[in-house]
Amino acid sequence: MSHGTTTLAFMFQGGVIAAADTRSSCNGLVACPASQKILPVHSHLVGTTSGTSADCALWKRILARELRLYQLRHGRRLSTAGAAKLLAHMLHPFKGTELCVAATLCGWDGVRSGPSLYYVCSDGTRLQGALFSVGSGSPYAYSVLDGGVRWGLTVEEAISLAREAVYRATHRDAYSGNCVDVYHITSHGWTRRDREELREEYYREKERERVKLKERREKQEGVEDGQSSGRKK
Amino acid sequence: MEYLIGIQGQDFVLVAADNIAANSIIQMKQDQDKMFKLSDKILLLCVGEAGDTVQFAEYIQKNIQLYKMRNGYELSPKAAANFTRKNLADYLRSRTPYHVNLLLAGFDETDGPGLYYMDHLSALAKAPFAAHGYGAYLTLSILDRYYRPDLTRDEAVDLLKKCIEELNKRFILNLPSFTVRLIDTEGIHDLEKLMPVGAKLLAPAPSS
Repeated sequence: MSHGTTTLAFMFQGGVIAAADTRSSCNGLVACPASQKILPVHSHLVGTTSGTSADCALWKRILARELRLYQLRHGRRLSTAGAAKLLAHMLHPFKGTELCVAATLCGWDGVRSGPSLYYVCSDGTRLQGALFSVGSGSPYAYSVLDGGVRWGLTVEEAISLAREAVYRATHRDAYSGNCVDVYHITSHGWTRRDREELREEYYREKERERVKLKERREKQEGVEDGQSSGRKK
Repeated sequence: MEYLIGIQGQDFVLVAADNIAANSIIQMKQDQDKMFKLSDKILLLCVGEAGDTVQFAEYIQKNIQLYKMRNGYELSPKAAANFTRKNLADYLRSRTPYHVNLLLAGFDETDGPGLYYMDHLSALAKAPFAAHGYGAYLTLSILDRYYRPDLTRDEAVDLLKKCIEELNKRFILNLPSFTVRLIDTEGIHDLEKLMPVGAKLLAPAPSS
């Protein structure tokens, strides 16, 4: 949780959704408001990054290189589980140093296996799961996701939930913010949604709340009028 | 945070481990299996520093399997335990010690059941019952009180349930489920996962 970011990923019937904010912070300074925290590794594998930006970018590239070599040597793509194990074993010698990488690898394996999600951390953790959130904003994201993630979500619902989780986390966490990136991984590969500014989302929500309050007030007044007119009769 | 427990009977060993994989204050995974199968009749239960646990346990697991491939027969639980301890000791004074606490449970055709307790300082002790983690402080006295060397399988499971109920009641952390396995002459058996529900409340204060 010491990593200043919010990233999340979850599996559902339509594949894997990966979402992340775009704020790169350096102590109190926003070093880059438009960074990319979800890095594609190959056509069917995407990795969210958290920790030191440089370390994540480097090791993702190294992982991509090793996976490509594997594919050339063995004639088939390495599974997400294999990629996670490879990354974990490559990071192990650096345990105890300042290297800091916490990634979730989201991929689609082969034609039969389906979606797959692994969390890999530079301290050596490697976990397989259906839902992960990493970073300083992760507790906020977890609480939104835990209330909504189901296997049966539609693609639109899943994307909307992922965006909402990142939005809520960026609202509360100082080290997360700016925009949200959403990637969707299916058997055909990964697709990327256009980057959305969360400031716009905040104003949209404020507007929706204002309209809802107005409607509720009008309805209340309407009911009171009806009641008073009823009594007169 | 993590909890391991082992109870040796006359012709079996019962082991259980909690299922939470945590990172700081977040439960990242609620169905983590902390037991590693070293051979048909040996289980290694491993908790400790993130990363070290799986790395060390898998290293031991692969080496035990390599021994079997090279020599044609499997290591006995006693040999496996001593091999594990030696590795832990060798790494202890290196730059990269493994911070792991282990229970090794196995069944040997000649020696019978065996439970071996190992800690991160590479101590090794063969014990009739053992536990690791903060939960051990709460459950060792229950084991001291009710353990007998001639426990039957059902009695051992009941004793295990007593321990887990106590954790559910008094331990500050929530450990919602435990994987339970039993090793006997026929091999490793998966028992039903234990999921303590609704902790019994302490008796209310008498009101006048």
